[in-house]
Amino acid sequence: MGPSLDFSIALIAIAPFVAALFAPWIKHFTGQLAGWILAIVPLSIFIMLLGFIEPVSGNNVVVAALPWIPSYGIEFSFFVDGLSLVFGLLISGIGTFIVIYSGGYLAGHPHHGRFFSYILMFMGSMLGLVLADNIFTLFVFWELTSITSFLLIGFDHSRQAARRAAIQALVVTGGGGLLLLAGLILLSTMTGQNSLTGLLATAGLAQSHGAYIIALLLVIGGAFAKSAQFPLHFWLPNAMEAPTPVSAFLHSATMVKAGVYLLARMNPVLGGTEPWFWILTLFGGVTLLLGGALAIRQTDLKQMLAYTTLGSLGLLVLLIGVGTKEAILGAILYLCAHSLFKGAMFMIAGTIDHGTGTRDITALGGLREKMPITFIAALLSVISMAGFPIALGFLAKEEMYLAMTMGLWPDLLFLAVLIVGNSLMMAVGLLIALKPFLGALKPTPYKPHEGSLSLYSGPVVLSVLGVIAGLFTGWINANVLNPTGASIYNQAVDASVYLGFPITEPKVWASIATWILGGVLFWKAEAVRGALRRAGNAIGWTFDIGFDATMFGLVRLADGVTRFLHHGKLEWYTLVMFVVLALTLYLPMLITGTAPSIPDFPILTFYEWGALLFAVIGLAAVLVAKTRLVAIVALGIQGFAVAVIFLLFGAPDLIWTQFMVETLSVVILALVMTRLHLDQRDHREPALALRDGVVSLAAATGFAFVLLSVLQTDLDLTLTRLFEATSAPVAHGRNIVNVILVDYRAVDTLGEISVVMAAGLAILALIRLRAKPARKPSTPRARRNA
Amino acid sequence: MNTVIFRTVAPGLAALMIMFSIYVLLRGHNEPGGGFIGGLIGASGLAIYGIACGVQEARKALVIHPIVLAGFGVFIGALSGFFALFAQEPFLTGLWLIFHVEGTEVALSTPLIFDIGVYATVVGSVATIALSLEDSEEED
Amino acid sequence: MEIALVGLVTLFFAVALYLILSKSIIRMLLGVVVLGNAVHLLIFTIGRLTTEIPPIIPAGTYVPLEGSANPLPQALILTAIVISFALFAFLLVLGYRAYEELDADNTDNMRLAEPEDAPRPPFSY
Repeated sequence: MGPSLDFSIALIAIAPFVAALFAPWIKHFTGQLAGWILAIVPLSIFIMLLGFIEPVSGNNVVVAALPWIPSYGIEFSFFVDGLSLVFGLLISGIGTFIVIYSGGYLAGHPHHGRFFSYILMFMGSMLGLVLADNIFTLFVFWELTSITSFLLIGFDHSRQAARRAAIQALVVTGGGGLLLLAGLILLSTMTGQNSLTGLLATAGLAQSHGAYIIALLLVIGGAFAKSAQFPLHFWLPNAMEAPTPVSAFLHSATMVKAGVYLLARMNPVLGGTEPWFWILTLFGGVTLLLGGALAIRQTDLKQMLAYTTLGSLGLLVLLIGVGTKEAILGAILYLCAHSLFKGAMFMIAGTIDHGTGTRDITALGGLREKMPITFIAALLSVISMAGFPIALGFLAKEEMYLAMTMGLWPDLLFLAVLIVGNSLMMAVGLLIALKPFLGALKPTPYKPHEGSLSLYSGPVVLSVLGVIAGLFTGWINANVLNPTGASIYNQAVDASVYLGFPITEPKVWASIATWILGGVLFWKAEAVRGALRRAGNAIGWTFDIGFDATMFGLVRLADGVTRFLHHGKLEWYTLVMFVVLALTLYLPMLITGTAPSIPDFPILTFYEWGALLFAVIGLAAVLVAKTRLVAIVALGIQGFAVAVIFLLFGAPDLIWTQFMVETLSVVILALVMTRLHLDQRDHREPALALRDGVVSLAAATGFAFVLLSVLQTDLDLTLTRLFEATSAPVAHGRNIVNVILVDYRAVDTLGEISVVMAAGLAILALIRLRAKPARKPSTPRARRNA
Repeated sequence: MNTVIFRTVAPGLAALMIMFSIYVLLRGHNEPGGGFIGGLIGASGLAIYGIACGVQEARKALVIHPIVLAGFGVFIGALSGFFALFAQEPFLTGLWLIFHVEGTEVALSTPLIFDIGVYATVVGSVATIALSLEDSEEED
Repeated sequence: MEIALVGLVTLFFAVALYLILSKSIIRMLLGVVVLGNAVHLLIFTIGRLTTEIPPIIPAGTYVPLEGSANPLPQALILTAIVISFALFAFLLVLGYRAYEELDADNTDNMRLAEPEDAPRPPFSY
């Protein structure tokens, strides 16, 4: 692999971000054409990725790495293999049509340019996610998709429902991301590998590790949150608050598939065990049935599609959980088919909404003549969705039924689940594709009209692709299924999917059963919907309501904690601080049993006694001063007493500084205190004074013990000796204190003078900046003037 | 405090203190003193002048606002560190130029420039504090 | 003398903390000044008190006199004194301006940032 190839992979993930930066300007200058112009970015990525098909189908893996945090083995690295390539092509290919579609769908929206930015950023995150090699690179892009989808879902931020849906999606998928991060870190410690390629090379190591089950649960938690598996499924239908292009892109073809991608990617590393099998199949199966049943209950086109997406995601998770070769190949086929037909279906729903002003299926009908192109696209999509022959969806369904008709009893159970789930989704697909277009024309808010070229080009191309792809099984086997299967299976796969209808095989009977059941459900849709609604109302509780309860509970808890801790009583804050201070001073001594020995009573000179007495008098006077003047003078006395102590022990520089500072302190204190009627007397009740006295005395004694302990050890004089020895000969200064300040530790001093300057600046600002509006009459000044 | 004697003596006293502060600053490397102490003495001189003759008078005598002096101090303090760059040494490494002028040793050094920066910062900041407080005193 | 200073440092700390625990702004300010002195004395004592000889190298020689004081804590304390003065001045002016704006020199009456009747957080999105 050459360096140009390396660079190009990283560029694929970065290019959409660069484009996002310029999107608002491009929108500003090109107006209606912006969608077509910006679509060049995903289109060129798509073409670039097509160039990787040949090396990848030869089972070559292409890698590119940039150092990021080398000390932790974290790299900004990417690689392309079969699985990443399939996802990359789906993202960039569908992304091209989504960008074109948004150009028409949101035309005239005041924040249209911003929307392009968001969707391109999302595309970049998604491409980075599927191309990432280093697991921390993967995590970063994983969370970026959560953040960009938050922006997209909340795009219409003036509506509360949109804000709620955005927050819900962020909380669920972002929280899942944290689980994933923990899981990835655990995996990295378990195997010593920081990259997916490394993990794949050591596949089998993690499964036998003692912490396997924890890592498995964490990674699965992240994937389930992202791919909306039961019981974390509730955010996906709510995310339909987003503009339709977002739903078509994020919530059908790409973001929700990220969890599926992760599970497929981790199949060799974490899969193949009992817990993996049962967790994935159980939750996948429940999600499939739940999604299908809830979809048929809805009447809003986008809600119906959202719930079928849930079902499809459950189906994919179930197939990955089963993990046989046929199941994996079926999952890959279904993944591609679903991205094509569901992307098209969402865009069709958006076009109907755009053309008629409503998405309610019961209010729509007879649009076939008004919107003929959209009708054809819808028919083609539903062929793939229902799995009728020659469509990609048919191949997918045949392959997954084949997987379930080869083994033992769990397979039969899964087969039943798949048939029911598929027929439910087929019924919903038929409802969406036929109901709005057939029958008598119904009155709608707008006069029904066909969408523009940018609105129908995407659905038409995607749905046609979804149908005719079934004719090219040879190419699909060699270039899609074999390399992708090899990535998921971690060994070479020889796929032999073919288009046929062998009536003797059980998989075909399963298909026929699906069509019959789906047809019946479509025929009896009204009755089924009614029954399901009654059942839903009988339960009365949804996970969505539970989410609200959790969120408000958190807010309530935070409020309570804040009110408990931030009660606004300063003396309590300081009291707690000092008690903790005393504890930190005493506890180490108590735990290690290293209290200092109590020294003998000191023998001092006359001067020393004088200085001490001087200080004690000053302190006592500060405490008991009855008037301002006495307090100020007493403060001066204790300060000068400290200066005298410095004098006695050979610190001339300190005497000067202390003397000047004490003088200045007294002066400015006098300046302030003489003009304000501040009350410096103590108003504490005796009990409180006792409490405060005990706490301060305890903390102070703690300092005494620490000081005694230090004094009873040997002082390390290395630095002092160095300074003494080099001060005159090297630093040319005989006042060692000053040399330390301006030479040895000059950077410190530089910081300190910056602080002094900042204090001066802050004081100046405090004095100068006075509230401009008229003061309240009760301020001291006004009161005194009155 | 505005007695006639104080007002007469204060300008002279302030001038004396400022001169003394510069002396303390310059001898600081070899004798007790230096930028911090010199700065505090100088600022006290300005404060006395302000109390005696009024803040307006003191500001006029200073020409520039004292906070500008403080900022200038930090600036040349940091600047003196960059001289070490030319000698391929780490930031703030002391560099010395020693001349012999008629038998007397005259030393020019980056630590001296740095100490002047400290001095300017302390004088500027403390004078800012003192003068602002005196100023708001006069408003009443 | 070090032992005597340990006692004095204890006293300084006790007085400083007791003053800071007060509700009156001006007593807290006095406490801050005393606390600064307490810490300076603490550092000074840790550096050992042995002699009256300052850490200044006599002219013409290259090393200080035998048994001169430890210069390191002195350098630390020198900057600490100036910094604590700057902090004290700032707190003083802050207290003074707070008194002007809020008409309160007692922390019980200063409830601008954390009012007694703070509104409940909103329960919506």
